[in-house]
Amino acid sequence: MSKKKEITKAKLDFKTDWAYAPAPEDSGHISLKKQYDLFINGEFVKPNSKKYFATYNPATEQKIAEIAEADEKDVDKAVKAARKAFEKWSKLSGKERGKYIFRIARLMQERAREFAVIETMDGGKSIRESRDIDVPLAANHFFYNAGWADKLEYAFPNRNPKPLGVVGQIIPWNFPLLMAAWKIAPALAAGNTVVLKPAETTSLTALKLAELIRDSGLPNGVVNIVTGAGKTGAAIVNHPDINKIAFTGSTDVGKLIQRSISGTNKKLTLELGGKAANIIFADAAIDQAVEGIVNGIFFNQGHVCCAGSRLFVQESVADIVIRKLKDRMETLIVGDPMDKNTDIGAINSKEQLLKINEYIKIGKNEGAEIYQSSCAIPSKGNFCRPTLFLDASQSHRIVQEEIFGPVLTVQTFRTIEEVIEKANNIPYGLSAGVWTDKGSKIFNLTNKLRAGVVWANTYNKFDPASPFGGYKESGFGREGGLHGLMPYLNL
Amino acid sequence: MAAKIILPDFRITPTIDQVGIEERVARFTTRSIKKESKMQGLKMILNMIDLTTLEGKDTDGKVKQMCYKAMHLHDVIPGLPTVAAVCVYPSMVKIAKESLIGSGVKVASVSTAFPSGQSTHEIKISDTKFALENGADEIDMVISRGEFLKGNYNFVFDEIAAIKDVCGKARLKVIFETGELSTLDNVRKASDIAMYAGADFIKTSTGKISPAATMPVTLVMLEAIRDYYYATDRMVGMKPAGGISTSKLALQYLVMLRETLGGAWLSNEWFRFGASSLANDVLMQIVKQTTGVYQSSDYFSKD
Repeated sequence: MSKKKEITKAKLDFKTDWAYAPAPEDSGHISLKKQYDLFINGEFVKPNSKKYFATYNPATEQKIAEIAEADEKDVDKAVKAARKAFEKWSKLSGKERGKYIFRIARLMQERAREFAVIETMDGGKSIRESRDIDVPLAANHFFYNAGWADKLEYAFPNRNPKPLGVVGQIIPWNFPLLMAAWKIAPALAAGNTVVLKPAETTSLTALKLAELIRDSGLPNGVVNIVTGAGKTGAAIVNHPDINKIAFTGSTDVGKLIQRSISGTNKKLTLELGGKAANIIFADAAIDQAVEGIVNGIFFNQGHVCCAGSRLFVQESVADIVIRKLKDRMETLIVGDPMDKNTDIGAINSKEQLLKINEYIKIGKNEGAEIYQSSCAIPSKGNFCRPTLFLDASQSHRIVQEEIFGPVLTVQTFRTIEEVIEKANNIPYGLSAGVWTDKGSKIFNLTNKLRAGVVWANTYNKFDPASPFGGYKESGFGREGGLHGLMPYLNL
Repeated sequence: MAAKIILPDFRITPTIDQVGIEERVARFTTRSIKKESKMQGLKMILNMIDLTTLEGKDTDGKVKQMCYKAMHLHDVIPGLPTVAAVCVYPSMVKIAKESLIGSGVKVASVSTAFPSGQSTHEIKISDTKFALENGADEIDMVISRGEFLKGNYNFVFDEIAAIKDVCGKARLKVIFETGELSTLDNVRKASDIAMYAGADFIKTSTGKISPAATMPVTLVMLEAIRDYYYATDRMVGMKPAGGISTSKLALQYLVMLRETLGGAWLSNEWFRFGASSLANDVLMQIVKQTTGVYQSSDYFSKD
């Protein structure tokens, strides 16, 4: 059906007279303050430096609020509060801890719409994703871990699990609320107390979470949220009274953290960059695989560490897959993240957009054939068209380096050995995707791909019960599931 | 039609991943169709309906009344389109044809021993001929599901090709009765066989078996149409039938059509809804869009 010679010039046209009218999500129900302080010991306090920085809506470039910048003294205050809270929190029965965590989960569900709207305003992701993925999944992480709080002895039999103490957590800007949930929930379930720093461009939902935690009645100091940029993060990493650092973000910063804490007895988990291979075999269900390619790379504007950013297509189906992919890209709606029909929202920051555009330039210079969908994009705000680089080769920088945007490189392969070698020939090892109708092929590949997560006939599926994490420069330690509790316990 | 079409091997048609299909369908249903795009969509739906009555107890009077409804959906609101066609048994074609003269509304007739298709080749041919001689513009045939499930694909192919020969210029819709085919892989296979055998439309169901049309089944068929179009440059129409009775669901089908095959298919030349009660729900929504209030079903004629 899909051999080269059978492909005609027939062209589908997705420009129609029947357009979707704008369907903006209502944002009248949210409450945002003009200025946000640091959440330390159960209350919002002014930063020592008195300094504030602005947070912007990346789709409109309008200022939303001012965020406090925490310095070393603020971080020290937060760590002291967490240390003090640890005494009681760690001695609380698991059942009681679980109650608090369940309460946070339920409150998050109750306020889901508000969280979704703010997440989209502050981060640029489409409201469809915040509403259907980020917020429900964040609540699920609290639910899931709440359930473990009183069952740790059964989860790790004969190991006498004990909490570590105060954990410092630093999270990225691509899934602000989800990453906060992903970090805080297991830490609390295990009996630790937390000092968390959200990314400087996306602090708002973490601060709304702070309000929610305050409303939940969680004992003061169990969760502290300090905002700021790299310096604030460094203050957490270097604080002497922190027992563990959990970091999700770039590989460069991850390396820096590992260097900083060497020689101390701080524990560390790192979830870093990725450059995942998404492998399509000739026997795959092609239309569904094309959908998987789209979900793999264009989900969250490609700001996903596990994005399927390197596409490998078996050569006998390469033409048809690329043709279908191009047609599918024409139907993607890029634009106002608050519109319920938007598929691809705004790039998170000007800085990131510049980086993506730089890589697009590099790709062109390297001689790969560029294809971008013909969709209109807003003249204001940070937007990027979904982009393909065809005929990319393994030694291209666009193939080797993480772009963190809606840019997909396409390579073809002939044999299984070849694709395994190419897929693994990268400093990263976070995730991979395999598309085939044959179960045996899936198991063969999952054993041989050096990646923490391998999706079969699907992509970018997340579940609180499933461990997530990488190999090589994608970091170490797992988050989610039982494996995700282990790094928060002395076993 | 393209000069030469190479027949594929129907034993190895592309595989379908049901989970993937269902996820894609879920994405279509999250599209928000409001205001002017909703109004435009609703009118398009009306114009794509094959208003259907296929009952043993059908009478000349009932068919006549339905034909009037087909031409005058709701005269209170000016500017409404007519439906695309009425769909009846062969014995009712004549009366329908007479009732619709000059209206542009087509007469579609089911044939080939509808709905089961359990009859001889000769009877299926003469059934079709009878409908055509009485003036049918379109023929809705059923495939022999027994032969298909047996793996006798050549039989199914030849039968469709033979009916297509009889049809001549009349457009042929091929009904798979997807509720009896049990897997999406089979739906895909049946779609390929029918299109390569000459079908002008592929259609999900007779309406006599549950489940009738579903969005996943329709998506599989739309994707088959897309592949066939890629391969041959020939457009084939799609007709989901049975089970689509609300405007909301019908709009979701249109979204699916638009994002799978594009704008060229968005007319009743290439897409139909086989339905009897859908029209009134769409009319109710149109009245709501125009006046701001819902009226009870008593304000809409039932024919």
